[in-house]
Amino acid sequence: MAWTKKILRINLTSGEITTEPLNMEWAQKYLGQRGLATKYFTEETDPTVDPLSPENKLIFATGPLTGTCASTGGRYSVITKGPLTGAIACSNSGGYFGPELKFSGYDMVILEGKSPKPVYLSIFNDKVQLKDASHIWGKSVWDADAAIKAEVQDPLAHIAAIGVSGEKGVLYSCIVNNLHRAAGRSGVGAVMGSKNLKAIVARGSNGVTVKDPQGFFAATDAGKKVLAENAVTGEGLPAFGTQVLMNVINESGAMPTRNCRDTVFEGAHDISAEAMAEPRRSDGKANLSTNQACFGCTIACGRVSTIDPTHFTLEGEGKDRYKHASGGLEYEAAWALGSATGVNDLDALTYAQFLCNEHGLDPISLGATIAAAMDLYEEGVINDEITGGLKLNFGNAEALVKACELTGIAEGFGAELGMGSKRLCEKYGRPELSMTVKGQEFPAYDPRGIQGMGLTYATSNRGACHLRSYTVSSEILGIPEKTDPLVTDGKAALVKAFQDATAAVDSAGICVFTTFAWTLDDIAPQIDTACEGGWSVDKLMEVGERIWNMERQYNMAAGIKGDKDTLPDRLLKEAAKAGPAQGLVAGLDKMLPEYYQLRGWSTDGTPTGETLSRLGL
Amino acid sequence: MQLALVIDPGKCTSCKQCEMACAYEKEQTFNPAKSRIRIFDFHEEARFVPYTCTQCDEAWCQQACPVNAITTDHASGVKIVHDNLCVGCKVCTIACPFGTINYNADTGKVIKCDLCGGDPACAKACPTDAITYSDVEQSGFEKMKAWAAKTDAAAQS
Amino acid sequence: MHYLVLGAGPAGVTAAETLRKHDKTAKITLLGGEPEPPYSRMAIPYYLIEKVGEDGTYLRQQENHYQDHGIDYVHGTAAALQGKAKRIKLTDGSEIQFDKLLICTGASPITPPVPGLDRDGVYNCWTLEDARHIARLAQKGEPVVLMGAGFIGSIILESLALKGVNLTVVEMGDRMVPRMLDETAGVMLQQWCENKGVRVMTKTMISEVTDGPEGLTVHTKDGDKLDAKLLVVAAGVQPNIGFLASSGVEIEHGILVDHYMRTSVPDVYAAGDVCQATDFSTQKAEMLAIQPVAVEHGRIAAQNMAGKVTPHEGSLNMNVLESMGLITASFGLWMGVEGGDSAKMVDLENNRYLRLEFDGNKLVGGQAVGLTEHVGILRGLIQTELDLGPWKDKLLKSPERLPEAYIAVSHGII
Repeated sequence: MAWTKKILRINLTSGEITTEPLNMEWAQKYLGQRGLATKYFTEETDPTVDPLSPENKLIFATGPLTGTCASTGGRYSVITKGPLTGAIACSNSGGYFGPELKFSGYDMVILEGKSPKPVYLSIFNDKVQLKDASHIWGKSVWDADAAIKAEVQDPLAHIAAIGVSGEKGVLYSCIVNNLHRAAGRSGVGAVMGSKNLKAIVARGSNGVTVKDPQGFFAATDAGKKVLAENAVTGEGLPAFGTQVLMNVINESGAMPTRNCRDTVFEGAHDISAEAMAEPRRSDGKANLSTNQACFGCTIACGRVSTIDPTHFTLEGEGKDRYKHASGGLEYEAAWALGSATGVNDLDALTYAQFLCNEHGLDPISLGATIAAAMDLYEEGVINDEITGGLKLNFGNAEALVKACELTGIAEGFGAELGMGSKRLCEKYGRPELSMTVKGQEFPAYDPRGIQGMGLTYATSNRGACHLRSYTVSSEILGIPEKTDPLVTDGKAALVKAFQDATAAVDSAGICVFTTFAWTLDDIAPQIDTACEGGWSVDKLMEVGERIWNMERQYNMAAGIKGDKDTLPDRLLKEAAKAGPAQGLVAGLDKMLPEYYQLRGWSTDGTPTGETLSRLGL
Repeated sequence: MQLALVIDPGKCTSCKQCEMACAYEKEQTFNPAKSRIRIFDFHEEARFVPYTCTQCDEAWCQQACPVNAITTDHASGVKIVHDNLCVGCKVCTIACPFGTINYNADTGKVIKCDLCGGDPACAKACPTDAITYSDVEQSGFEKMKAWAAKTDAAAQS
Repeated sequence: MHYLVLGAGPAGVTAAETLRKHDKTAKITLLGGEPEPPYSRMAIPYYLIEKVGEDGTYLRQQENHYQDHGIDYVHGTAAALQGKAKRIKLTDGSEIQFDKLLICTGASPITPPVPGLDRDGVYNCWTLEDARHIARLAQKGEPVVLMGAGFIGSIILESLALKGVNLTVVEMGDRMVPRMLDETAGVMLQQWCENKGVRVMTKTMISEVTDGPEGLTVHTKDGDKLDAKLLVVAAGVQPNIGFLASSGVEIEHGILVDHYMRTSVPDVYAAGDVCQATDFSTQKAEMLAIQPVAVEHGRIAAQNMAGKVTPHEGSLNMNVLESMGLITASFGLWMGVEGGDSAKMVDLENNRYLRLEFDGNKLVGGQAVGLTEHVGILRGLIQTELDLGPWKDKLLKSPERLPEAYIAVSHGII
């Protein structure tokens, strides 16, 4: 029940396709999706493996609530060893692809080896085939999507694909499904590309059932009611999307600006949700066309946007494809492509977002890497000769979009940008200018202004990330209760609690955004009525903690230990210059020892034997 | 006042809750492929359109049925397929100009929206009121019907 | 006022009911030529495989339906029409006087001039009576030959195959259902049937039927000898117009009618398989012997008879057929028009096919194999004559996007 209890295993080297029963003992300990797939992954993959070698595996995994009527029950995750970080990678996506995979009859697909030639995987229920992709290799995500849909002759097929960036190993290339939803972070697209796998297309007609239908409807209805009545999930997100945060975070003095030189961006309003809703002069339309839900989502935070038809990004040949509506700016993208680079041109950012969707790029890492390059350029470390003529000054919108175009196809200076900011800054001798943790660019919250996020970034198992413990909820929005963003007290416990709960949510098949409104008290009954096994809040917290420690162990074995639980010096040593956080640095040293202690880890950040045995690891 | 499914595409977010509710109601499984209502996504135009039987007055399906297996409930106007009578000849599926009555190979019968006996699951599941079960006269629903009436070989009485 | 409806098929029954709807007091007589309550030939194949009982083939299911509607359902067969006298002579010698007459006597199977078709064990599959004989002889494993793989033959084919007989089909044309399916679809269907164990012989014909070890031996013109317990003849139909010989009713292939379903004789109308009425696509008088058209004719004719003037703008030719699980459908000018564009989606691997035919920016015909979702949209787009606008190009590239095109165009999403 809820699980299909079946796994699809594809050996890309040999072309062998097999199915096997889901390990239900593991399902009871790791639930599904992030947790369960990571269990499979860590059991099967050597931690020291080169992420871009055939020995790495790539898992597409759904959760037990994926493909049910639970609100937001449409998620899937991609689990692999990330090439950007060398750590465990787990990237979560919405859209409609995940449920379709499940309706095809599988909880997860494990991809092994490397295909001798470009292929795509076609899953139509039990008809599973590897098909030649030579003719779509070298095409963008959008073109591949159209080509595959036409080839399978089924408009209802759902596709997850990589762009040229993934083929060429851009280290933050992502896997895009449904044209504008992405398993975005840590370079999972590059792993897919390294396997010569261009895309997966799925279409299924098998249903998902639950253990106790009546109880499930009661629990999911109650959950939907909570989402509808909550100010964030019921009003803010549907109307403004995650972009509702742009002005809020800026006013909190936690807006990482110009590669974290500043914590307040003077152009924030120009690129905010409010700006997206304003009619523009040229055609009287707003940037925002409509909001769109992912499968099963009753929040519907997704943005669908158009670019101002008179904007410079639409001038010239070959721009027709950007002249209609497509997936628009989310907060993280608006920040990375905008605030981080100092660009306040909403249409340029929307265009850059379209490029990210079209080419399969993680906008966070892309924007942050361009920001680092701008820092290098402004410092005089790199020049026009190196950038190929790109004038990478902070605030230069033309240079920004050109850089995005080049990175999408990994050409010119775009190939260097495709390495990510850590490798880029190291290459030019200024590693301290890379705003990364464990090699991954951090997102849209400056830890000097939101202290909990410093610990979040430092300890995240997949490298810097906001989605591993979104303490912004508590520190800024007051969910579930307000804490002071400028202090470090109590943040270790907060981070641990968020990390464990989020690991459970990410393993269920639902979206972490529900936790603006839901606590595990809302979620547990939905899982419990869907799945066998007595899923209480306590069990979910234990599963979450188990997952966190399992990921940590894998990273330790991969050589990523406690010494990597840190932040860039700029955050630790350079105080915020203005705004509410003026004079503050990220107080990581005040939180990290307590965090280790709460985790039951040694002072160097190693899980103790006692902790591991308590969690059954 | 006659109640009907009133669909306002402008409010639809394409969340597919209606498809799941319908499939569960009719097939006891979360399976959009078996839903009697479907959301069409027009990505480039930023429009989402829930689509199902309008219970049209013309009832081409009913007229075409050779064995009287489709009847109209006169109180609600809903067109109902009687499984015990449906032989599975599919004539209704080609006669319906909306394509909203379809053959189900698993059962050998045709399936269509029957408004769940007066309490449509899709409308209950819709989080944005894009689908409501309300007074027919209130919406553009009539326009759709009028347009569809062009399909007939002659005006209906 | 006395309305006489000759023929109790779908056209006749619909007409009788429509007359009653518009005229609460008139006398309405419905004359049927077969002993059973009005039934549907469409349902016979399903009766054959026992999916329904005999009563499951009846056109109306309510008991006393005709009585309740004040329709006299009487048994008899017309022998002659005396138009001026407004009188029908029946084969039993009796006469019926009418004020207005609707002829919907339908069609009968053609018996080709092949020696031996009068033998025991040779049947049409047209009436319930025929079906009873076939059901008796078509036992599991028995050798059966089907003459004709046209529309009717192919429907019967499914029933015979489901009964588990050892089946051979002999078709004159170069493919199955040549009048409804193009070569791609016809060949797809043939291969499908062959894969399911049916022997399909095309481009040949039955030349003679003789006695044989199983009862019959069926000879083809190419010299094949097929032993059979049963030969089912499905070689086409012809309208039942014999009784109109000297009636003055104008006939070409069938009874010619005007836009109001009137024949050339005053107060005499015609509907259904017997008549030759306007085809929506060609706007010419054609024989469209299909159930939905019969119903449409019956309704429009009755409205006009009852004084509610209703022009018939033309019926769309369309058909749907299931052969051993493979569903095929065709609509309108599926073979295309001169100068019109054509689009095909061919998926041999999954036995799916969709062909669209355009005239300018409008859809005028289509064909579908192996598709069951939203198939009726083909009718909708053809008959509403909607301008497809930019969607035409999209359909030329991907015909399978037809439902999207229909909804987009009808909702103004272009």
